[in-house]
Amino acid sequence: MLYSIFIAPFVDMASYPAFFVEVLLGGLMSGVMYSLVALGFVLIFKASGVFNYAQGVMALFAALTLVGLMTGTMPFFLTTVPGFAMPVWLAIIATIIVLIAFAYIVEFAVLRRLVNQEPIILFMATIGLAFVLEGVGDTMWGSNVKVLDVGIPTGFFEISGVQIQKFDLFAAGTAAILVAVLAVFFQKTKIGRALRAVADDHQAALSVGIPLKTIWVIVWSVSGLVALVAGIMWGAKSGVQFSLSLIALKALPVLILGGFTSVPGAIVGGLIIGVGEKVAEVYWGPLVNGAIENWFAYMLALVFLLFRPQGLFGEKIIERI
Amino acid sequence: MHLRSLTIGALSAIVATGAIATSTAMAADTLFVPSLVYRTGAYSPNGIPFANGYKDYFTLLNNRDGGIGGVKVEVEECETGYRTNVGVECYEKLKGKGALAVAPNSTGITYQLIPKSAVDKIPIFSMGYGRTSAADGRIFPYVFNFPTTYWSQASAVIKYIGAQEGGLDKLAGKKIAHIYHNSAYGKEANPTLELLAKKHGYNLTLLAVDHPGQEQKSTWLQIRRLKPDWIFMSGWGVMNQVAVKEAAGIGFQMDRFIGNWWSGTETDVAPAGAGANGYTATTFHAPGGGKKVHEDMIKHVYDKGDGAGEAGRVGEVLYNRGMLNAIFISEAISNAQKHFKVKNVTGEQVRWGFENIDMNQDRWAELGLADFIGNIKVTCEDHEGGGQVRVQKWDAAAKQWKFSSDWFTPMRDVVRPLVEADAAKYAEENKITPRDCSS
Amino acid sequence: MLYRETGQFKTSYAADQALFPIAQDRIGVLLVLAFAFFVIPFIASEYWFQVILIPFLVFALAAIGLNILTGYCGQVSLGTGGFMAVGAYASYKLATGFPDMPLLLVILFSGGITAAVGIFFGLPSLRIKGFYLAVATLASQFFLLWMFNKFGWFVNYSPSGSIAFPPKEVFGVLVTSANAEPVSRYLITLCIVVVLALAAKNLVRGPMGRTWMAIRDMDIAAEIIGIKPLQTKLLAFAVSSFYVGVAGAMFLCFWLGTAETEAFDILNISFPVLFMIIIGGLGSILGSFLGSAFVVLMPILLTNVFVAGLGMQAVTAKHIEFIVFGAMIIFFLIVEPHGLARLWQIVKEKLRLWPFPY
Repeated sequence: MLYSIFIAPFVDMASYPAFFVEVLLGGLMSGVMYSLVALGFVLIFKASGVFNYAQGVMALFAALTLVGLMTGTMPFFLTTVPGFAMPVWLAIIATIIVLIAFAYIVEFAVLRRLVNQEPIILFMATIGLAFVLEGVGDTMWGSNVKVLDVGIPTGFFEISGVQIQKFDLFAAGTAAILVAVLAVFFQKTKIGRALRAVADDHQAALSVGIPLKTIWVIVWSVSGLVALVAGIMWGAKSGVQFSLSLIALKALPVLILGGFTSVPGAIVGGLIIGVGEKVAEVYWGPLVNGAIENWFAYMLALVFLLFRPQGLFGEKIIERI
Repeated sequence: MHLRSLTIGALSAIVATGAIATSTAMAADTLFVPSLVYRTGAYSPNGIPFANGYKDYFTLLNNRDGGIGGVKVEVEECETGYRTNVGVECYEKLKGKGALAVAPNSTGITYQLIPKSAVDKIPIFSMGYGRTSAADGRIFPYVFNFPTTYWSQASAVIKYIGAQEGGLDKLAGKKIAHIYHNSAYGKEANPTLELLAKKHGYNLTLLAVDHPGQEQKSTWLQIRRLKPDWIFMSGWGVMNQVAVKEAAGIGFQMDRFIGNWWSGTETDVAPAGAGANGYTATTFHAPGGGKKVHEDMIKHVYDKGDGAGEAGRVGEVLYNRGMLNAIFISEAISNAQKHFKVKNVTGEQVRWGFENIDMNQDRWAELGLADFIGNIKVTCEDHEGGGQVRVQKWDAAAKQWKFSSDWFTPMRDVVRPLVEADAAKYAEENKITPRDCSS
Repeated sequence: MLYRETGQFKTSYAADQALFPIAQDRIGVLLVLAFAFFVIPFIASEYWFQVILIPFLVFALAAIGLNILTGYCGQVSLGTGGFMAVGAYASYKLATGFPDMPLLLVILFSGGITAAVGIFFGLPSLRIKGFYLAVATLASQFFLLWMFNKFGWFVNYSPSGSIAFPPKEVFGVLVTSANAEPVSRYLITLCIVVVLALAAKNLVRGPMGRTWMAIRDMDIAAEIIGIKPLQTKLLAFAVSSFYVGVAGAMFLCFWLGTAETEAFDILNISFPVLFMIIIGGLGSILGSFLGSAFVVLMPILLTNVFVAGLGMQAVTAKHIEFIVFGAMIIFFLIVEPHGLARLWQIVKEKLRLWPFPY
């Protein structure tokens, strides 16, 4: 018994190194996918202190809108008019415009009215928002599975017995570009600096003349964009359908592990969770009939939290009386 | 001011519920058939075509034949979102309106309704899903699950694999993996597969995938290492689409990947595109349109604008299955009408109608469905009806499911004792005396 | 006018600290109870019992449980579904393992078992706070459900993994399984909920409740004045889990009768119960009831209004229900972030002067 828990899995890893590498790679790639979702949470939490549960539904909504525009579906009527079908790049731009409009609405109808409320109230409000968005998304675009084809390569190649999926490489590349763009945006642009100021201290940011409301709109738009990327990557795998909204649950352990307020945390956290849960599932899962990865991700995060209660990269919690 | 309007709103809302919930007057001149649908939620892509087929068939009966035995059928949909609690609410609401038979459309909801059915005297028809051991009609008089069950299906899959390998004796030492939805539904097949593994000597690996199944990388990593000869999958919803895509992604030989009958629809293979070619699934009815009933459907329902869905999707796998569900219910109602010589039958009489369903190929041809499904004969003991199974294959170029085997019978001799043992256990736990079927 | 406490003088500390210090409240509560015990059983239909009243009571109890933890002690938990499942599965195992055990004892023990599990999963709360804790409690949720789903022992090796509560009697009346009359199931649920709700009301005004609130308001300050965070937080987890566990047991015995783990998943239980306490009012027993009424009733009400009232298609109605329900949550949070219980307080304030506000 003890042998099968503490020794056999490691013997297994050592005796099939190629497969072990494959598991590690697979974990890293899944981790990248989780990070894509977690990023959106972090952006919003940083700038407005809102734990935005609707992030998953936003990914769904963004992907639905993109597919709808690409196939020329008429919103609410669900009839397809091929003449209105947009090319990918145009559809993506149009979707981004829709998401910016959404950010405006959220700021106007929700955030503005809940200033200075407890974080949990804001969290609840975003769950309400998720309900609304889900209903709107379904009514606008219908509930069928929609095939999202934006030309992401499929298939695989092998390097010395290790199978690598082209899709995964593409996802990793996309995530890298996204993070790079975000980094440049945050570090080099004026808006980015304003965003960081707001994240550091609302009051101080307000007093030096940074318009908080505009910042909120921008940050929700940016996280809408992140949601769109997440929606495309996840949607390409499974088709665009309601279940996309549930990927939020996959991102939560990543969030607490990496820290709610840290962009690098979301990436590193995602990778740790991805590798951790895949290794656990493949090597230890069979001992208990598998399907352990869901709770294992949370347990793993929990273990890290016991040592760093603010997450790996989160801001140190300073308590005063 | 604000408060007052709130209070008034709340009060009027409460009054409204009361009024609506009590206005469950029964329309005596129609046959009332509820439809528990899930057009929303994670499983809606599967629920929609099924619900459309179900509804359309009753509309067809009304439009073409003036109902069943001259009485119009009234279908009322209730949205469950595939959630058990909501399903119970729907059932309670619709049973008050005189439901004749309930198709729960979810294994979870079926388990909820099984104990209630005998009390309320409303037959439960879980067609090819739900509790397998309900096939023992002595202990579950009000529950029907023909044409076949999950356990029969599992045995049928092993039989099919055996046939492909050149005989069941060749199975020894082969590796078969069962990838299943980690729920009551997905787990149904496991005991049968384990039993047959002992009998035929294949190595069975069970791989659970948690709801919803959006992320299956580790499952497919394990498949990569295991390199099974065959994969059987009991999946549902997004799990199917991801699994087919992953299987294609790692280059698994698709015609050795067999889905169960809830994992073999047009939707499941769509995201994988050409990669899904050759993906195999079991079924208990023919896929695709083109039968006479489909022509009638277009002519009498869709051309009149009464269709529930899009005309282009008539004949999809799940559409056909929803239609088949409606056909069996209407057959049961019509049996009851003939036997009891009344037009407006009751739930109890419809139960008799279900128990006396005997549909051979002539009857199916009459219904416009020649070569659609095997013969079905339900008896007092056997609520499984002796249905047959067939295997279908996805042709990605033609975008069609096509039969790739002939009709064959599952291993009834293996499954039936399991059914009886489980049913007896249920009877003991719930203090039910089996009824006598010999008379 | 109607609600004026003028002239009610408290002559002893006991009277001053009564559960309901104001006479009108006492009368009000008694009236509501009398209505629930003696009128509802005669006027409600099976639909009302099964779909509205029993779930309302069960969820109200679960909400009280979570409110003790979140509203009084300030520890946000998203693991309610997992703990309810513990209660439900414990009651099933007890009832099938010891067929002679009286039902009330079964339910009590289920609560006790859940309390023990709650203490264990409450341990991280000593170090982790806020949303980190909320997400961490999801670990218990996923782990517990996985465990019930995975090990056949919990479901007596039923092949599908779903559990069915056996028929049980209380004072000679059948109260569980489908054969039980809805009225008797309702009445026993009501009895348990009333007793436990009064107990909770009593608990939170006493020293225990006060230490919880001290921890909630600022745990470091509380620690400095001598409250031990370890015991206090774990006690809150224990008491809260006990309530949630009992609610879970009743969920299985009196409401659904059969269940599988899916019934307890986060979207079915954990989030809705959290809604209940936030919409009802954090730190209020009455709020737990109001919140439960809102969350249980509102979707059913909306569906009925849309489908039966306005003749919409079931699916369109559902979509609009989502939108309206979500919008209502946001609306309520904006109008009154302290919940329905706070609204009720405002109403009471107004009633003191009504109908002569000047």
